[in-house]
Amino acid sequence: MFKKILSVCLVVLMLAGLCVSFAACSKKDETPAADDKKKDFKLGVILLHDEASTYDKNFIEAVERAKEQLGLEDSQVVYKKNIPESNECYEAAADLVDAGCDIIFADSFGHETHMIKAAKEFTDVQFCHATGTMAHTAGLSNFHNAFASIYEGRYLAGVAAGMKLNQMIADGKITADKAKMGYVGAFTYAEVISGYTSFYLGAKSVCPSVTMDVQFTGSWYDETKEKNAAAALIESGCVLISQHADSMGAPSVCEEKKVPNVSYNGSTVASCPETFIVSSKIDWTPYFVYICNAVIEGKTIDTDWTGTIATGSVALSDVNEAAAAPGTKEKIAEVKAKLVAGEIHVFDTNTFTVGGEKLTTYKADVDTDDNFTPDTEVVADGYFHESEKRSAPYFDVKIDGITLLNAEF
Amino acid sequence: MKTREKRIVEPPFHVVKRAAMPVWQSMLIRVAAVVIALLFCSILAIFLIDADPIEFITTLFEGAFGSSRRLWKFAKDASVLLCIALAITPAFRMRFWNIGAEGQTLVGALASVAVAIYLGGKVPEWLLLIIMFLAAVIMGAIWGGLPAFFKAKWQTNETLFTLMMNYVASGLVAYFLLLWTPSGSSVLGRLDNGHLPVIGHEYLLLIIVVLVMTVIAYVYLQHTKQGYEISVVGESENTARYIGISVNKVIVRTMIISGAICGIAGFLIVSALDHSITETTVGGMGFTAIMVSWLAKFNPLVMIGTSSFITFLQQGSAQITTNFNIDSAFPDMVVGIVLFFIIGCEFFIGYSLKFRKKDNKKKAVDAPKAEETTDKEEKAQ
Repeated sequence: MFKKILSVCLVVLMLAGLCVSFAACSKKDETPAADDKKKDFKLGVILLHDEASTYDKNFIEAVERAKEQLGLEDSQVVYKKNIPESNECYEAAADLVDAGCDIIFADSFGHETHMIKAAKEFTDVQFCHATGTMAHTAGLSNFHNAFASIYEGRYLAGVAAGMKLNQMIADGKITADKAKMGYVGAFTYAEVISGYTSFYLGAKSVCPSVTMDVQFTGSWYDETKEKNAAAALIESGCVLISQHADSMGAPSVCEEKKVPNVSYNGSTVASCPETFIVSSKIDWTPYFVYICNAVIEGKTIDTDWTGTIATGSVALSDVNEAAAAPGTKEKIAEVKAKLVAGEIHVFDTNTFTVGGEKLTTYKADVDTDDNFTPDTEVVADGYFHESEKRSAPYFDVKIDGITLLNAEF
Repeated sequence: MKTREKRIVEPPFHVVKRAAMPVWQSMLIRVAAVVIALLFCSILAIFLIDADPIEFITTLFEGAFGSSRRLWKFAKDASVLLCIALAITPAFRMRFWNIGAEGQTLVGALASVAVAIYLGGKVPEWLLLIIMFLAAVIMGAIWGGLPAFFKAKWQTNETLFTLMMNYVASGLVAYFLLLWTPSGSSVLGRLDNGHLPVIGHEYLLLIIVVLVMTVIAYVYLQHTKQGYEISVVGESENTARYIGISVNKVIVRTMIISGAICGIAGFLIVSALDHSITETTVGGMGFTAIMVSWLAKFNPLVMIGTSSFITFLQQGSAQITTNFNIDSAFPDMVVGIVLFFIIGCEFFIGYSLKFRKKDNKKKAVDAPKAEETTDKEEKAQ
C-alpha cells in the first residue's frame, strides 16, 4: 500500500519538477523589448462562462474588435473562461498578474469583491470590472467600474415594440385595451427594473394604452425557466414578449407560438426569422479601446465609466423587416437622434406615475453599503438621472402600468 | 455441416479474473494508461485545435505546476476535493450510494455564512469560527443523515434521495441570497468576518487540516471496529445481521459522519477561501469526489494521489483553454478521455483476456469452464 502511494507521489513530484523547469525556460524567452510600451501591453479577461453564453460572448466579441482596432497581437490578450464568482476569481486575477497583464477585466457582477481583493494586493495593475457598483466608494486608484446607459437602447427597442402593437390594433387583431406586453426578467434587481421600465416607457411613448406583465425567473441563465415564463405570459394574453435573461428560452418560445419578440444581447433573427423585431445590447468595444489606450499612453482610467448611445456603447441590431411594423427603422433613428441631442429623456417624470402620482423626488442606493440605504437624490430637472451618479443602474422604482407577477425574486 | 458449425462458434476470446498482481506491475499499467491517454489526446489536439503536441502536453503541466502560485492553488484545490472525497468514502464502502455530497457541502457552507452574517462582529473571531464550524457540521450531518434515516426506516432509494437533497440545498442558498441582498442582486460579496487564521501561506492551514483528516479517516476505516462494521455491511447486509451488527444503526451513523465531513468541507471553503456563497460554491466537486474515491478503491491514503491527479487534469486543461484560446469543450474531452483510459486499465488489472487458439479448439472450450468455476468460488468467498 505504502509503495503505491510512494510511487504516485514520486510520479507527481517528477512531473512537477519537469514543468517548473519548462516554465522557467519559457519565462526567460520573454525578455521584454523595453521601449515599446504597446508591444509589452497585455490585457487579461476573466469571464463567468464561455462563448456558449450570450452574455460572455458579447464581451469576447468586443475584446476581439478592440484588439483589431488597436492592432494588438493575439498573445497580448489572455482569456480566463468559466471563472465562478468565488475566490477563484481572485486566483485567476493573480495568475494573470503573473502572466504580465497590465489590465485585468472581469465581466460578472459577483466577481467584484474578489477583484477588489486582487486590486488591493497588486497595486501596479489596473483592475476593471463591468456592471459593478463599488469602485466610486472603494478608494482604490487601480479599481474601476464600467457600464453603459443600456436603458436608452431598451427605450428604442420599446419604441419598436409599441409600433408593432399599434400595427396589431390598426389591423384589428387586438383592441387598444388588450395591448399587453410580457417581459421575462432575471431578478427584481435595479439593472432589470431599469431595463424593463425603459422598454415599457419606449412602447408607451408610441402606444399610450400599453400595459406590461413581468415574470421573473430568479436566474440569469435558465433556459427552461425562461421558456416557461414566456409561455405563461403568452397564455395570459401578452401579445408581444421581451426579456432580460441570457438564454434563448423566451425568443424560441415566441418563434414557436408566432408571438413578436424584442430581444437582448444581440440579434436572434437567425433562429427566429418570423418573430424577431429588434435587439438592444451593450457594445463594450469602446470601453476596451479606452482602457487599453489609457494604460498604453500612461493616462488614468475613469473610476466609474458610463458608455452612452452617443459613444456607441449602446447598440441596436438591424430591424427585422419581416416582423417589425413598417417605418420602425426610421422611427428608431428619429427617436435616437432626439435622445443623443438631449431633447427627450427616458425617465421623464411626466411620462409615468408611481401609485397614481408624479415622481418628484427619489433617493437611490448609489453608494453600496451593508444595509442598502438610499443615499442620493436622483430626480431633478423633470427626469430621473439614471447612470449619472454611478455607471451601474439604480432605477428601482415600480411604476404604474407594469404588473410584477412574481416579485419574490 | 458447415452451417451448423458456424452456429456454435464462440467469441474469439474470453475474460478471466486474474490472481492478485504485484503492486509495481499494476502501477506500471496505470502509468502506461495515463501516458497512452495523453499521447492520444495530443494526437487529437493536432487535428482538432491545430496544436503542437509537445506544446499541448507542456501546457497541461504548466497549468497545474507552472508557477509557485499555481502549485499552491493545485495543492489547495486537490485538498478541498480530497476533503469531500473523504466524506463520501465511508458511505461508499458500505455500498450506500451517496451522490448528495454536493448538497451536504453546500448546506455546510450556507450554515457557516449564515453564522458569519448574523454573529459576525458581535462575538470574538475565534468563537465565531467555532460556531461556524459547529453549524456547518450539524447542517451537513442533517443533510446526510436524513436520507439514511429514511432508508433505514422505509427502505427509500438513497441515490434518488441524496440527489434530490442537492436541489433542495441549492434552492435554500438561492432563497437566503435573496433574503440577504435587499437590492435583489443575489450577490453576497466577500464577508469581513469569520476568516480562518493564515499560517505561512494563505492555503497552508486548509491543506494541513485536510491531510490530518485523511489520516484519521484511514485509521477509522481500516483499524477500528466501526470501520470494520462499515465494510461488513458493504459486503453483505445479511452477513452483518448474522454476526450481530445493527445494519440500520451503521447506515445512519455512517451517513451522519459522511454529511458532517461534507459540512467541514463547506466550512473550509467559506472560512478559508470564498468568505461568501453562491449556488455554485461547490462547483460539482461533490460529484467529482465520487471519481476520486472510486479510483482509489475507497482508500483514503490513495485518494491523495487520485484527487491530485484529477485536479491536475482540470487545471491543466483550463490552461489549454487559455493558451490556445478555445472554448472549454475540448479540455473537458481531454479529462474524459484520460479517465476513460484509467478506468479501462483497471479492467485489465483485474481481468485478463484469453484468446482462443485456432489449432486446439477443443482445449480452449474446456479450459474456460474450469477457470470459470474457480472464478465463482473466489467470488463466493
